[in-house]
Amino acid sequence: MQIQEVKHKEALTSNYAVAYAVKAADVDVIAVYPITPQTTIVEKLAEFVANGELNAELIHVESEHSALSAVVGASATGARVFTATSSQGLEYAHEILHIASALRLPIVMAVPARALSAPISIHGDYSDVMNARDTGWVIYIVASAQEAYDTIIQAYRLAESVYLPVMVAYDGFLMSHTVEPVELNDESEVRKFLPRQIRPYTLNPKRPVTMGPLASPDWYYEFKYQQVLALREAYKVAKEVDVAYGSKFGRSYGVVETYKIEDADYALVTYGGAAYGNARIAADRAREKGIAAGVIRVRLYRPFPTLEILKALEGVKAFAVVDRAIMFGSPAEGPLYKDIATAMYMNGIDKPAINIIHGIGQRTIYVEDLYKVYTMLKDRPGKEVVFMGVRI
Amino acid sequence: MKLYYRTLRDLPREELFAPGHRMCAGCGAAIAMRWITKTVGPNAIIVNATGCVEVTTTPYPETAWMHPYIHVAFENSAAVASGVEAAIKTLKRKGMWDAGDTKVVVIAGDGGTYDIGLQSLSGMLERRHGVLYILYDNEAYMNTGIQRSGSTPKFAWTTTTPVGTAIRGKIQWKKDIMGIVMAHRVPYAATASVAYVLDMVNKIKTALEYTAEGPTFLHIFTPCVPGWRYPENKTVEVARLAVETGYFPLYEWDHGKLILNPPSNNHIDKSRRKPLKEYLKLQGRFAHLTEEEITELEKELDAYWQYLAKLAQL
Repeated sequence: MQIQEVKHKEALTSNYAVAYAVKAADVDVIAVYPITPQTTIVEKLAEFVANGELNAELIHVESEHSALSAVVGASATGARVFTATSSQGLEYAHEILHIASALRLPIVMAVPARALSAPISIHGDYSDVMNARDTGWVIYIVASAQEAYDTIIQAYRLAESVYLPVMVAYDGFLMSHTVEPVELNDESEVRKFLPRQIRPYTLNPKRPVTMGPLASPDWYYEFKYQQVLALREAYKVAKEVDVAYGSKFGRSYGVVETYKIEDADYALVTYGGAAYGNARIAADRAREKGIAAGVIRVRLYRPFPTLEILKALEGVKAFAVVDRAIMFGSPAEGPLYKDIATAMYMNGIDKPAINIIHGIGQRTIYVEDLYKVYTMLKDRPGKEVVFMGVRI
Repeated sequence: MKLYYRTLRDLPREELFAPGHRMCAGCGAAIAMRWITKTVGPNAIIVNATGCVEVTTTPYPETAWMHPYIHVAFENSAAVASGVEAAIKTLKRKGMWDAGDTKVVVIAGDGGTYDIGLQSLSGMLERRHGVLYILYDNEAYMNTGIQRSGSTPKFAWTTTTPVGTAIRGKIQWKKDIMGIVMAHRVPYAATASVAYVLDMVNKIKTALEYTAEGPTFLHIFTPCVPGWRYPENKTVEVARLAVETGYFPLYEWDHGKLILNPPSNNHIDKSRRKPLKEYLKLQGRFAHLTEEEITELEKELDAYWQYLAKLAQL
């Protein structure tokens, strides 16, 4: 007779899953500022602190700009820190995104992704995250509450290994406010996975250092190049951390996740929960109709997993990138499409690739829509940008 | 104010602000930095806002700071300091802080305090972080080349409030930053001047000790040679005349009680103040002032003194 191990499972939103992971990581300082759809994360953390379940200082900051500034100060002092934001809040803190990564601080931040004003929209898309993609942060885009939980824990290990801040993003509302079963790790095991290390450079009167100085043209560039190298290192370490996490806790995701891609002729490439879940059902439907369909999900968005994506696309005849953000005025308006196009061009690969823009301001992405994308790829494979789901 | 230092001989000898920085000859802020760092002692973390002091003291790979020091941005030094203070608190609780009773000190200019940094300052004061916030006030954006700030006095010439035929200098009055800070019910706030070193260091020390209760604030008057247009050997003289004419009164706010300090404690009686003109005439930024404009400034100063007198009676 086999004895099934009973694991601890909770019904959690992605936001709550993040809060549980932060608690498990024994974080020291949390900056708290409300913004939809992030707010329930910091509410839950405030509950943990109020109940004595988490030994941390909550700083009830007066803005997102100060939220990130406060965790920069705390992280520089050697504390393990956390904050979360969305949309306008991330835009407001944007200046500090650059400073956090340039100061090489292992900050972890959750971002339930949300559309940007104007007009004001509290609903989900990835405009906020995509605007932060070139700030030197490691960026994950996850696709389930379970993955959000696991990735926050991985993020601390990665951040503290390469001295870079890490952002964990996921669908606003569609994930932040929907409940899924989440398997929670034993907290003492998480703490073993995330040992406390004294970083070489922190603000401490016993070992004084000057952080954030002025650099003239004969020095500034070297600092920036070191950030480039750090992100390249992060690419390698992110994969190692994922493997280590998998061997300890039994769940790992890779930097790119694929679905039925091995024999696919046509692929959808996308990110986040809604597009990925729907895309997999659409692929199944397409396969029922005789179209060899597959799905690729980019999980690690920065540093960009070029090799893994090109490998996944190797066998396909044509593919579509489903973007959920608009980069106005770009040669192609989808940010992920641009990244993949660059990766392919630099590697001498030329394939029909359609850029689908969909789900803007949480416009519903139907499975039917994505099924249609497969038929488009089959019937008229080319290179174009299609704004899907919009009234033209 | 507690008296920690009675004479100049009592002052701390150890230098914690290295020579060789790039501050201007005669810089008022440089004098303040030297005394601030000496007085707070080595067990402190300095958080500096962007500004004159930051850019002149940290040209990589050199630094004038012997303290652990962090600069993040222009407007957020109070928020960064909040994080530093919170980190020390938790790390102490968890047995991970090895440096003992470390103080957190913010140093920010008037732009980073009166204007762009006001929000984060207010947040920090409201949350009652145990941080000493020191404002060095040179009354304009001197780092970017003399542009007006909320601290620039009325009629002063700056590059963005030039003296023209239609408009003659700054139109608005100087913002009452002490009033704003006092309204946050902080345990201690005080004004100080680089011309009155004993008064200044005793206030720094007092404010530092009071951080055990909550946030404290120091407003240090630091004349600026290029921005105020006076000869570089006149910094202390200008700073002293600002006090003697009543333009910059020395006082402290200790748990809701306003106390005027010497020599300002005699200045409620206007006849005991030197004429404002003596302070103005030393500086090129006021060279264009007419008699009527000087009278208007004097009138506003008298009103300010009436307000201070009322506060002092409370």
